Amino acid sequence: MNRIKKRYTEAYLGIYGLWLLAFVVAPMLLLLIQSVNVPGQGFSLSNYRDFFTSGPYLAMTVNSVWYAFLITLVTLAIAYPLALVLTTLKHRQLWLLLVILPTWINLLLKTYAFIGLLGKGGLLNQAITGMGFGPSQLLFTNGAFLLVAAYIELPFMVLPIYNALLDIDPLLPAASRDLGASRFQTLKQVIWPLSMPGVKTGVQTVFIPSLSLFMITRLIGGNKVITLGTAIEEHFLVTQNWSFGSTIGVVLIIAMALTMALTTDRKKKGGRRK
Amino acid sequence: MKKILMTFSGVFLLILVLLGLQWGLSASRNQDNSSSKDTLTFYNWGDYIDPSILKDFTKETGYKVNYQTFDSNEAMYTKIKQGGTNFDLAVPSEYMVSKLKEAGLLAKLDKSQLTGMNNLNSQFMNQSFDKGNQYSVPYFWGTLGILYNKKVVNGSDLKDWSSIWSSKYRHQLLLVDSARDVLGLTLISQGKSVNDQNAADLAAAQGKLSSLMPNVKAIVGDELKLYMAQGEGNIAVTYSGEAKNAMEKNSDLAYVVPEDGSNLWLDNLVIPKSAKHKKAAYALINYLNRPEVAAKNAEYIGYATPNQKAYQLLPKSVKSDQAFYPKQSILDKLQVYQNFNQYWTQKYNDAFLEFKLGK
Repeated sequence: MNRIKKRYTEAYLGIYGLWLLAFVVAPMLLLLIQSVNVPGQGFSLSNYRDFFTSGPYLAMTVNSVWYAFLITLVTLAIAYPLALVLTTLKHRQLWLLLVILPTWINLLLKTYAFIGLLGKGGLLNQAITGMGFGPSQLLFTNGAFLLVAAYIELPFMVLPIYNALLDIDPLLPAASRDLGASRFQTLKQVIWPLSMPGVKTGVQTVFIPSLSLFMITRLIGGNKVITLGTAIEEHFLVTQNWSFGSTIGVVLIIAMALTMALTTDRKKKGGRRK
Repeated sequence: MKKILMTFSGVFLLILVLLGLQWGLSASRNQDNSSSKDTLTFYNWGDYIDPSILKDFTKETGYKVNYQTFDSNEAMYTKIKQGGTNFDLAVPSEYMVSKLKEAGLLAKLDKSQLTGMNNLNSQFMNQSFDKGNQYSVPYFWGTLGILYNKKVVNGSDLKDWSSIWSSKYRHQLLLVDSARDVLGLTLISQGKSVNDQNAADLAAAQGKLSSLMPNVKAIVGDELKLYMAQGEGNIAVTYSGEAKNAMEKNSDLAYVVPEDGSNLWLDNLVIPKSAKHKKAAYALINYLNRPEVAAKNAEYIGYATPNQKAYQLLPKSVKSDQAFYPKQSILDKLQVYQNFNQYWTQKYNDAFLEFKLGK
């Protein structure tokens, strides 16, 4: 009996391994090969040298990381209280559905909807004018870019935090309250540390894709915000320099791996033993 | 678990039903075109021909037309190269003609099978991207120019490209997101060619361009026409075709080609090497070359026709529209883009990227 079970596990691992090999490892290897295979030069690290000695590309890298950080921060600031409130509501499944609902709509459509909202004659400006202020420039500002990016990423932050909060034994906050902690102290000392795994997952799922955003930078940011995503798009579509585009891709992957390493819960390895 | 299984089987069933419907539809369509020998596959930009022309063509010649669309030259190039579908007629822009040609993807035109070539204006023939029109026949043409809001901007202030540097337009200018176009107009404003391949000239252009940034509100793609129609910007650098689109939506807009010259773009009919129905393709080219057909098409699309005899047939208001049919002195100053090699493509794009980064 046990042997059959073991065989199933092995077969499953085999299929899974093949899948990983074909769709994760192989593409990354191809990307790496492409990035060191410079047309007309053969194997060369010149792309990497060019990348790390070029002012514009370094500036873009800083931009990418900085904006991804800001987007993550804004998203977290909105998502955490939202998730907290969601867990206390009566019909949480319904409310949760409303939070997830926007992900059913195509990203591009949502972005275009924001053009209508933020535009000069848009809803938001009409409201501002209605309150007696003059219309103001909303599109093509950093604020607008952050708003739209955070809106799009929000469900991916809310979900893991919401799940982590649900997992907390309700007796723990109750005990904390019983022992004299104020609401804020309970939140800070009990709930926040216990929801940390959810927060970390949320930060990863938001920060990493935010590093290489490109459509929104053009549509909402008017290319006033330039990130590495823009550069990759340009190298693959316009200049057709796939080699350099791949180099930027590899740099981004390394940046993402670093993010993962920094935010992954290290305690987990030892924590299981208790 | 049960719920998940139910959901999955539901999705699976839905896929089966959709597949069945698709199969049914394509089967019935195949019956329509019982003789697929007579069906020509026309690969064109979206809404880039008067549909009634295709109907009339089928009525007259018996060839049916399967109209398929693309949204960028690059997408079209990839599809033709992959060769999954055999396109019989395609409409690339000038630089893409030379790229397709160099990749060996185009069939040489058999001049003996072409008629009506004399109707075409020699101004648009024999261009550098296809000397002697061995592979391509011009379809529509246009310019790069300035689209502006008449209520805010005085059109007579826009005599030359340098005028967009004026501090009057601070934070009001929308630019098309294209290295070639933006650097090209800067080069023209400095009396250079849009095909300049001189590092010093490019550096000078980049220097001048960086001082344009305070005026730039945004650098955008196809959305530009939407933004201009909504009044998001007062002045924009864009192509005549896009400008036409925006003007139809907002009558306050006008378009002008600066007098110091500009880029001339051309969309062209070509026959890919992999074409299966060359005879039908020639028939359609010849049909589109007819003055009355070309004129009808030009009125529908609104772009400028390279067909001189068709131009004569257009209404007077169209013919005299200097924005879309500029006078000869400007026409003489228009330049066609030459296809750059990798090195110069990169150079231009790097310069443009640096411009975009400098806020």
